[in-house]
Amino acid sequence: MAGTGVNPIEAEGGRLLAAVRSLLEAKGVVTPEEIAARIAITDAATPAQGARMVARAWVNPEYRALMLRDGAAAAEAAGIPMRGALPLGVLENTPTLHHLVVCTLCSCYPRAVLGYPPLWYKSAAYRARAVRDPRGLIAEWGTRLPDGVKIRVVDSTADYRWMVLPMRPAGTDGWDEERLAAIVREGDMIGVTLPAAA
Amino acid sequence: MPAQFAPGAPVRVRLDWPEARGPAHVRTPHYLRGREGTVVRYLGEFRNPENLAFARPAAMLPLYHVRFAQPSIWHAGESGDELQVEIYGSWLEPA
Amino acid sequence: MNQPEDSPRSHHDLGGVSKFMCEPVDTGRHALSDFDREVDALRQTLGIKGIMTVDELRRGVEAIPEAEYHRLTYYQRWMRSIAATLLRKGVMTPDELSAALERS
Repeated sequence: MAGTGVNPIEAEGGRLLAAVRSLLEAKGVVTPEEIAARIAITDAATPAQGARMVARAWVNPEYRALMLRDGAAAAEAAGIPMRGALPLGVLENTPTLHHLVVCTLCSCYPRAVLGYPPLWYKSAAYRARAVRDPRGLIAEWGTRLPDGVKIRVVDSTADYRWMVLPMRPAGTDGWDEERLAAIVREGDMIGVTLPAAA
Repeated sequence: MPAQFAPGAPVRVRLDWPEARGPAHVRTPHYLRGREGTVVRYLGEFRNPENLAFARPAAMLPLYHVRFAQPSIWHAGESGDELQVEIYGSWLEPA
Repeated sequence: MNQPEDSPRSHHDLGGVSKFMCEPVDTGRHALSDFDREVDALRQTLGIKGIMTVDELRRGVEAIPEAEYHRLTYYQRWMRSIAATLLRKGVMTPDELSAALERS
């Protein structure tokens, strides 16, 4: 049957989604229950998970070592289900080294640990600027690194997913893990911001 | 045949543009083609995404984390700053 | 010297591309819509069932012409790639899709 010339894949996104879902359901390929279950699982992952890992690494040197050696095992040990997710690489910040994570080719992000990537991470501006002007980019968040700190930008191009283990900020002596985790934000684990005790 | 590199090995990313020859799915960023860096570590073996993307049989390839000096890539930026990128062994040659 | 503009780079290969170097980043929080969540879940489910890989998703997104690539939202790009891939692999036919669109 000759078409009218309109390519069906160019239909508006919501209509296309509904049409594809109805076809897949009619064919017994994907059910609404499966989609709903997957949404629930995906929604359950939030930056608070990664924050727990960071806080534990700040107080527990053995856990820090595990995190740096095998990020996925460290996530599981913190009660974060990895369900066979891709390898997790943890990038340790030091007094002279700051990491920034990007995926210039698409949006690879440590979703199992941090949840959905934020909109800014997926933007053309972030993907273009991170590898060429990382200091100017993190200044968009008001972040300025101390003198003598170098930046290492990690471009996620393959199967590893990367998160940053930021340095424990000053003014947090004696804090327990829960209090420490509360100051670790999504951006701290990507490298656009630095955690602070305030 | 992908070469094997030890940590510290100086490498060059091949200056090749498969995307200029037809439909391709390449995970080696354009800004690294032809650039020289240093292998940091071997990350393991993974199926070649260039073939997976086209539902073709995909061989296992070694994957390396490779470090590049920022100013060498962009002729700008602060000296000491670095880029570190996962590159498949098939894209690397000894420098 | 590989300046981004000189090379045969694909348009999705955005590292350091000059025309975006002065573009500001919207650092604000933006909640995902129901559409976003459903497309994401659909992609994951198709992956789990071995119907479509994330590599095929990426290739389909990269095939979107440049102007459209930047005009569409992130998950609109995914949806177009999913539909194109399912058609190409024969999971559904163009006629079936057109008919389903007419019903929606």
